[in-house]
Amino acid sequence: MTTPSPQRTETFPCGLGADGLGEVTRQIPADEPPPLPPNSQLEVIGKPIARHNGRAKVTGAIRFTVDVTLPGLLHGRILRSAMPHAIIRSIDTSLAARHPGVRALVLVARPGDALSATVRYVGAPVAALAAESAAAAEEALRLIRVQYDPLPFVVELDRARAPSAPLVHDSVSVPRGHASGFPAPPDLPLHGNVRGPATLQRGDSAQGFAQADVVLEGEYRTQVQTHCCLEPHAIVADWGSEGLTVYISTQFTSGVRHELAEAFGLPLSRVRVVVDGMGGGFGSKSMLGNYGRLAVVLSRQAQAPVRIALDRQEEQIDSGNRPATWQRLRIGARNDGSLTAIALRSYGTAGVALGAGVGNVADALYRCPNVDTAQYDVFINAGPGCAMRGPGNVPGAWGMEQAIDELAERLVLDPLLLRDRIDASPVRREERRIGAERVDWRRRHAPGADAGVVKRGLGMAQSLWGANVQINAACEVRALRDGSVEVLSSVQDIGTGVGTVLAQVVAEVLGLRPEAITVRIGDTEFPAGPPSYGSRTTASITPPARTAAWQVLQSLLREAALALEVAPDALMAREGRIIVRGEPSRGMAFRDATALLRTDCVSAVASRSDDYGGFRRRMGDAAIAQQDLGGVQFAAVAVDTETGIVRVERVVAVQDCGRPLNPRQIESQVHGGVLMGLSFALFEERIIDQQTGRMVNPNLEQYRLAGCRETPQIEVVLLENYQGRSATDAYGIAEPSNIATAPAIANAVYNAIGVRVRSLPLTPGAILGALGKLRAGA
Amino acid sequence: MNVMQPFAWVGAATISQAAAAASGTVAEAMVKHTGAAGPEAVGILKAGGIDLLDLMKENLLAPARLVNLKAIPGLEDIVSEADGGLRIGSMVTLARLGEHPEVRSRYPALADAARGAASPQIRNVATLGGNLLQRPRCWYFRAQEYRCLRKGGEHCFAISGENQYHAIFANRPCAIVHASTAATALVALGAAAELADAHGAVQRLPLEEFFVSSQRDPQRENVLQAGQIMTAIRLPPLPAGTRMAHLKQGERDSFDWPLADVAVVLELADGLCRRAAVILGAAAPVPHRAKAAEQVLLGKAITEQIALQAGQAALEGATPLGKNSYKLPLFEAMVRRARARALARG
Ligand SMILES: Cc1cc2nc3c(=O)[nH]c(=O)nc-3n(C[C@H](O)[C@H](O)[C@H](O)COP(=O)(O)OP(=O)(O)OC[C@H]3O[C@@H](n4cnc5c(N)ncnc54)[C@H](O)[C@@H]3O)c2cc1C
Ligand code: SF4
Repeated sequence: MTTPSPQRTETFPCGLGADGLGEVTRQIPADEPPPLPPNSQLEVIGKPIARHNGRAKVTGAIRFTVDVTLPGLLHGRILRSAMPHAIIRSIDTSLAARHPGVRALVLVARPGDALSATVRYVGAPVAALAAESAAAAEEALRLIRVQYDPLPFVVELDRARAPSAPLVHDSVSVPRGHASGFPAPPDLPLHGNVRGPATLQRGDSAQGFAQADVVLEGEYRTQVQTHCCLEPHAIVADWGSEGLTVYISTQFTSGVRHELAEAFGLPLSRVRVVVDGMGGGFGSKSMLGNYGRLAVVLSRQAQAPVRIALDRQEEQIDSGNRPATWQRLRIGARNDGSLTAIALRSYGTAGVALGAGVGNVADALYRCPNVDTAQYDVFINAGPGCAMRGPGNVPGAWGMEQAIDELAERLVLDPLLLRDRIDASPVRREERRIGAERVDWRRRHAPGADAGVVKRGLGMAQSLWGANVQINAACEVRALRDGSVEVLSSVQDIGTGVGTVLAQVVAEVLGLRPEAITVRIGDTEFPAGPPSYGSRTTASITPPARTAAWQVLQSLLREAALALEVAPDALMAREGRIIVRGEPSRGMAFRDATALLRTDCVSAVASRSDDYGGFRRRMGDAAIAQQDLGGVQFAAVAVDTETGIVRVERVVAVQDCGRPLNPRQIESQVHGGVLMGLSFALFEERIIDQQTGRMVNPNLEQYRLAGCRETPQIEVVLLENYQGRSATDAYGIAEPSNIATAPAIANAVYNAIGVRVRSLPLTPGAILGALGKLRAGA
Repeated sequence: MNVMQPFAWVGAATISQAAAAASGTVAEAMVKHTGAAGPEAVGILKAGGIDLLDLMKENLLAPARLVNLKAIPGLEDIVSEADGGLRIGSMVTLARLGEHPEVRSRYPALADAARGAASPQIRNVATLGGNLLQRPRCWYFRAQEYRCLRKGGEHCFAISGENQYHAIFANRPCAIVHASTAATALVALGAAAELADAHGAVQRLPLEEFFVSSQRDPQRENVLQAGQIMTAIRLPPLPAGTRMAHLKQGERDSFDWPLADVAVVLELADGLCRRAAVILGAAAPVPHRAKAAEQVLLGKAITEQIALQAGQAALEGATPLGKNSYKLPLFEAMVRRARARALARG
């Protein structure tokens, strides 16, 4: 380690906004700005500022990756496996290669090479080509002849676990996991298609169960959910003599740049990655992807730019998905509710990939001395899963939050009261209190007590998510002589509005309006920003933005101080002016201060320092803050007991994310999280035909997403949780807002009908089945 | 991107022109399988194009020519007829049908069905004729990868496969459900189709006879021949005291197909039911007449008790598949509710 940088001591506001703030003293780096007061005392931060690029979005002016055109652009297409499991004996590309429009062609599967020539799911890339038009590419693709030697396959989790099931992987092809433990730890045993377990043990669970007055056991299932980004995965790769430029719909420009440099043996300085508008990313756009790599290979071969944009079917079968899971939970408790032991065993499948665990909800959400968890990955012949909004903890909460409700009923305790006893988080306690008041929890009836055919019910569930931070996150702020200001970082705005938040943070420091700040992001020509996954973007990039802006301001104040003949620290920036503290009439316009600059521009680059007071854990570029993120959601449902239709009428989401920087954008994130959770709970499911191994609903017609008429009344209550951990004290919201929705709905459905449904999705068939209304033939 | 095959565009100005140009039906074209580019077809009629373009985008159909019906005069008319019935041109959109005052006041079940279909955007384009002639939504049928029985293959993939949205009645050898919800209402109303050919000959056929069961022919849903144009649907006059309703239940309300839909038309006199039509949609390869339910209602005063019996009787003869038995209680409830809604209309 280098010598520690100079520090100074500061006192920060601390606590939940509601109950009067306390104070906390922290050591902070000397070159970082002083503590930010609570939002109520700020001009721009914490205010519902409109998106800086909202107008460009609704007028269509914003440029998405598929809008990028370059001279001589070629169109790439990928030939995909028609078989769920096969060895490719031969590929005849002679006709395709002779097609007049074709300019480049590569084989992904190379017959004779066992590893590459084995396809393991329908939709796996086999070959790719680039042609002068999309139609020519499509035509040429159809001219490729592939001969398959089919192998036995398995596409279902339970069947794949059987010792006699066809093997998806061999010892060479099996994925090995990541050193960081996500999506799965390395070097776990493999038996048949079952890999694992990844375990966690604390205390002595056998003893814990022996101490229990009540032991609850339950099995819970979740289905595969696909990402369904509105904007498809898309790339334009331009391999030129100067280097490689890639336009890609990505959650991580800087990460893709590293991947490209490594994969193609280029220095980082020769790789540029750009993204402007993005139509959503929920985990599947975190990396380059097989399609991205192919576009670059084709571009290099053709010496021309190549575009690949996946169509909806490709999106559904080969762009990642939320793995399906099965879990069994055993929870021991004393009569007063205190937990004595938790045992979890889970099997999940991410298709041919790893990462189908159920997260840390079971072991970390509630206080329990004895914990024993074992999580297994199971391979099936289906498209690879990947991280998706709250990976692990979404299925984890589906199980645990229902189990806790079931336990409460066994103990004859109100579910909120039980949680008050076993949940150590003061933040969630407050969230439960607020939510309960909003929904009038006391008037909740006994399960199934509603008379009539349509039964109403009320339920709640909690969320747990680590407050992630990317250390490798930098930002530059520039003030120009004419008074204009830029903020620059490679960080990308995937629709969450981080650009707007950056403008707010910089504007607050410089005493300007956010509209006055030019936001230049989504380009690796700028300082390397964080990824937009793990709900870490705002937490990682806004502190350096504020620090850089503050450093720029110090330079400006020095110039202004000379002109005003005061000491720099007697000055402050406010309402477009640099003024003398306590003497607002003395000062100059911000623009007049920048006019004094010796050069055209004063600039500062800052990077993310460690959280004040330190992190809980650090893994390479990433770290986890001391305090977790939470959130508590309440759902009100109406269940038609004759048709099995579940309607979610209202969701109250009480969420926290440290210091909220822009409540309007946060609400919009929470709406998205709730809708995605509702859609997951009621509708979505990847359905694979068991006979052919092919997804039968690879579109947005038969793969159902909640639409406008399924949207409930959503009320968002945001806590202000000040901890004095960074220059902005802001953390993430995207994932925590998605985790509690489905179990809250399930608990509400139980409250409505008095029967518990432990498998997703809650279709009419599932509800009628639970109500015992199914029978064969009449 | 799915890239469609090139095709020629023919704007027909008259019915005979269109009929002469329509040298094939979609059903025939899809059975003649020619190569990976999708079955070739000759001249295919296009109304709103919703279903047609879907098939073309999925490479299930590659017509050489599309014959547009839009410019033919008279096909968008809705006129009262001398006998008191209503004649609805085949090119009337679902949106217009659902809002038409005469349809809403005299045939509210049809207005229900039109207004409940698909989404506003689709209803603004989709025509009544196209709706009745659209092809089924079976997901094996809609995927190029499966050459199933209905596309000239040997095998039905649904019966032993993923059949949660398939038929519970008459589901052998093919288990599609008829896709049109308008058809459910029209069959209940006793509507007839008017079919014209290139020589000006016009055939009138009760809709119920127009549709073809999978047992009779699993490769077509109706008897439309190449060279025939559906020009109109005729609704018979209905005696005073006729009550009716159409109900649709989808998994979602937005942008979705029915899991089940039911049309009920009841003719009441002196408190007794003189004529009853109970038709189930999304239940069978054709709109399914629940004869036993109709029998329960006939000649009776329609009490709650009778309605309950009718609901149960509606399921008579059902042969649910592995994953769709939930449709039974669903239909049972919907028959009762449609009856209640019809009577409540007064
Ligand atoms: C998401 C979604 C949900 C939907 N939900 C429903 C629903 O709930 N209920 C429902 O009923 N439908 C539903 N639909 C289907 C939609 O209503 C039909 O696709 C549409 O009505 C077809 O009409 P069109 O005019 O566009 O037909 P086209 O696509 O133009 O034609 C369909 C077929 O009919 C033939 N044809 C058309 N007109 C004539 C004519 N006059 N004479 C001879 N042949 C002709 C064509 O050759 C073609 O084969 C839904 C569709 C979608 C995409
Ligand atoms: S139900 Fe009919 S259309 Fe569907 S797979 Fe079977 S034969 Fe084909």
